[in-house]
Amino acid sequence: MQAVVILLSTGVLAGLAIALVVKFFGVQSDPLLEEVAALTPGANCGGCGYAGCAAYADAMVSGEAKPGLCPAMSEDNVKKISALLGVTSEVRVRKVAVICCRGDDDMATRQAFYNGINNCRDAMQVAAGAKTCTYGCLGLGACARACPYGAIEITSKRLAVVHPELCVGCGKCVQTCPKKLIKLVPASAPLHVLCSSPEKGVTKRKACKAACIGCQKCVKAAGEGQIRMNGFLAVINYGDPPSAEIASSCPTGALSASIAGTEQSGPENEVINA
Amino acid sequence: MPEIIYQFYGGVHPPQAKISSQDAIVSAPLLERYVIPLQMHIGAPARLLVQKGNKVLRGQMLADASAFVSAPIHAPTSGLIKEVTTCLGVLGTQLPAVILESDGEDTPAEPLAPIPNWQDSAPADLLRRIGDAGIVGMGGAAFPTVIKLSPPPEKKIDTLIINGVECEPCLTADHRLMLESPDKIIAGMQICARILGVKRILLGIEKNKSDAVDLMRNKTQDTSIQVCALDVRYPQGAEKQLIYTLTKRKVPTGGLPMDIGCVVQNVASVYAIAEAVIDGTPLYQRITTVTGTPLQSPGNWRFRVGTPYAEAIRLAGGVTEDPVKIISGGPMMGVAVYSLDIPITKNTSGILLMSGAEVSQYQSKSCIRCGRCNDTCPMQLMPGILSVQIENESFDLAESWHVMDCMECGCCSYICPAGRPLVQHMRRAKADVTALHQAAKAAKAAKEAREAKEAAKEAKNSPASAPGKK
Repeated sequence: MQAVVILLSTGVLAGLAIALVVKFFGVQSDPLLEEVAALTPGANCGGCGYAGCAAYADAMVSGEAKPGLCPAMSEDNVKKISALLGVTSEVRVRKVAVICCRGDDDMATRQAFYNGINNCRDAMQVAAGAKTCTYGCLGLGACARACPYGAIEITSKRLAVVHPELCVGCGKCVQTCPKKLIKLVPASAPLHVLCSSPEKGVTKRKACKAACIGCQKCVKAAGEGQIRMNGFLAVINYGDPPSAEIASSCPTGALSASIAGTEQSGPENEVINA
Repeated sequence: MPEIIYQFYGGVHPPQAKISSQDAIVSAPLLERYVIPLQMHIGAPARLLVQKGNKVLRGQMLADASAFVSAPIHAPTSGLIKEVTTCLGVLGTQLPAVILESDGEDTPAEPLAPIPNWQDSAPADLLRRIGDAGIVGMGGAAFPTVIKLSPPPEKKIDTLIINGVECEPCLTADHRLMLESPDKIIAGMQICARILGVKRILLGIEKNKSDAVDLMRNKTQDTSIQVCALDVRYPQGAEKQLIYTLTKRKVPTGGLPMDIGCVVQNVASVYAIAEAVIDGTPLYQRITTVTGTPLQSPGNWRFRVGTPYAEAIRLAGGVTEDPVKIISGGPMMGVAVYSLDIPITKNTSGILLMSGAEVSQYQSKSCIRCGRCNDTCPMQLMPGILSVQIENESFDLAESWHVMDCMECGCCSYICPAGRPLVQHMRRAKADVTALHQAAKAAKAAKEAREAKEAAKEAKNSPASAPGKK
């Protein structure tokens, strides 16, 4: 009986003490911040440009950032946060990664046999990967391993391919690729130039059948406003993209209508095409 | 002569395979076309002085140093600048380059004024000459020599070490140079000593080159130069290891030899210094060993820079069997190349061809924790543990385990019974750690700039408002 009384009174006293401490010394967290943080996806991918979801929520509440920077957040949640904070959201354009190289084993040649570490960033330390085209995809999967959403596949012909339906456009692969081949583009863009080599057309053609040879046929077909030439490489104006039919003007297929040239990659894509 | 030689930690004994050590240096014939990269040194690429279509003369400066760490580049022969373009470098990247078409006459340009009485010249004049002649460290790193020879005044230099070790297997270029031009090398050493104002000059040579040791001892009898015969061990010729062997001093982490009063120069570099000072010849040629069992006639050649590897191999009589691996440099630290269009540069000490029987293809396995790499690492790192950290991409951890001290000598990869590509791991980690540091630095600078801008804006808008108020 005595024990029960002692324990009970200790409990009550301690509870009161905690209640008092919280009342007078407690850190007042912003309920708004908590609400906003709960609406972020919590994947901490860094796609918004902040250190993680909590940091982005903090930035939104303090007015530093607008809602809508998060590539993985649903449209509903962006609207909810905008309503909570009473601000307009960033204009949201869904972005996806595109790997600007189509040089798989059927297309591009390799000049040497590389049997080192199976990672592009390691291969860069040994003669930059030994592909004939020094700008092309090595296909050793540094980007695929970096992708938190599993959206990049390395095909059996050693080319990295993005699956746009899985990609949220966080940009981790962009930082990882040692050849700097990956770009974030609007998901709605119908066409991409899948070549990154600034070399002359003749040189590129020798190294890869799918290179942009700088023939300018696409520029003539689409007009300067939509595609322009940067040296020997065609560049798409993603603000005013050309229509998908322009792809047929490209003699090598470097200008491709589908992201990452899915029509020429792995076995399951063949199934889809069939 | 009594001399105390210390033993550095670790190291390995790879087969020597110096098959061309008896082949005298042959000057390579003039080619029709030279591909001259504008970056043959550590640092910024040189700034181009000529244009397409210009006529140049042998020894004329094609490009000038563009930054503090940079070096000028000179024409290897007379002719026409055919094109300003890019060329493939040893590391598989495209480098800015010019293509020089020879006119076959090899007309020399007005030479830099020779300084035959260099004993009385001011060190500053000698230094300027070394800079103008485009001399870089010819042992492999290609660091501009003029920077190495002008230490800041607070660093007191008391020892000049000349590196004639040539510990890389297969290579014999420095060995032949010592045998054939000892006087020039000795003059070059004395020029360096005059510039630095040091009395103590040590020349380290491994005992497998006993003829060079004897010759250099003979020639240096009346000088203050001390020739030290060293036991054969790889990597004796690495800068830090050679300093320890000869002086028992250790270069601090992240430091330079000048921090402990030493300057190290390769014999080929001091030879180039003597040529630049005494004859006024800028650096546009070097001795390169072209060797390997698949070659018809391996040897040592005096190539002009810009000679493509294919031409070098053709001069060595071509191949008797297909080489499986071609290495720029020696077998331990050299880099495998996949194109013979790569030109010889100021730091190409050798071109090594390996046959299929010599190249082993093995599957890398998991680390078995045998610790042999720890016993052989001359920098006393733990390559096995580091490689596991790097495989997991824990670069900050690897950095705290001193991966940046790795000099990529290759001892750990050579000894590893599990066939792990340890050096490749280290190189990747060094590249990524450097990139992380640069990114952090850039981010910090951007943040500071933004904060300064905001503070200025705030001060302008509301000078009376309390700081920190939202």
